Amino acid sequence: MNWGSAGEFFAMGGYAAFVWGSFGVTAACIVVEIIVLKARHRAAVRALPANSAGQP
Amino acid sequence: MTINWFRYSSPASFYPIAGRLIPWFFSAAALLMLAGLYISFFVAPTDAQQGEAYRIIFIHVPAAWMSMFIYIVMAAWAGIGLAFNTRLSSMVASALAPTGAMMTFIALWTGSLWGKPMWGTWWVWDARLTSELILLFLYFGFMSLQAAIDDPRRADKAGAVIALVGVINVPIIYFSVKWWNTLHQGASVSLMQSPTMAKPMLIGMLVMALAFWMYSIAAMLMRLRAIIIERERNSDWVKALKERQS
Repeated sequence: MNWGSAGEFFAMGGYAAFVWGSFGVTAACIVVEIIVLKARHRAAVRALPANSAGQP
Repeated sequence: MTINWFRYSSPASFYPIAGRLIPWFFSAAALLMLAGLYISFFVAPTDAQQGEAYRIIFIHVPAAWMSMFIYIVMAAWAGIGLAFNTRLSSMVASALAPTGAMMTFIALWTGSLWGKPMWGTWWVWDARLTSELILLFLYFGFMSLQAAIDDPRRADKAGAVIALVGVINVPIIYFSVKWWNTLHQGASVSLMQSPTMAKPMLIGMLVMALAFWMYSIAAMLMRLRAIIIERERNSDWVKALKERQS
């Protein structure tokens, strides 16, 4: 076990900004990409031409 | 028994297959990421020289590996699309590019945050860093070129050419730390020799790399499905899809 307390864990031995800046931005990238991809798929389906029955 | 592989190379038949595969790849990515994060923070010991700052390695190295690997895969699919005129191959290449660019950005970003405390600088124009930045621009070039051409088939061909020419940059990135005197350290893990790092650190890195790999496949498949609908919007099967969903 590396950490005596939660505070120690978040402090990352004085490198908190660098370590959490790396992991945080990576997590944000992943979350944003998934949201963007879902939205793109939804938009693509919505933009399909109306079917023969003439509904919008 | 013969399997008709060409059946799966049509967008119409791959679309539902991709849909079924996505949850599996996402689940694998999530599980591996949880395991990787646990090893990164709770199993891997503090580094004797770098303290806790070295833990950036668990993101930095997998992202850098993926940035190069995705580029090669992207160029290969683009090349297959160019050579055999298969639409789906070119779509796969287009679906890989943004995720590859994201991995390149993460590698550069985490490298910068690692460089500041250890080297004393966010950025240097040395061979490794510069060639990785060029990789990011190659991804951007591929995407903007495709976006600039209205006819998707012509966009595929133009994109394939730039992707294939850009492949030359990947070995330059990989071997830059050997060929030139750089601030960036050499490879700790390579195919030719046993790794020069502690076991838990190595395992953590490999698990995270696998997680990024699974994630990249899932993201690529999601984007591929969107691209298929966008491009095949006038085909009967896509129209039928709309009717089923509404």
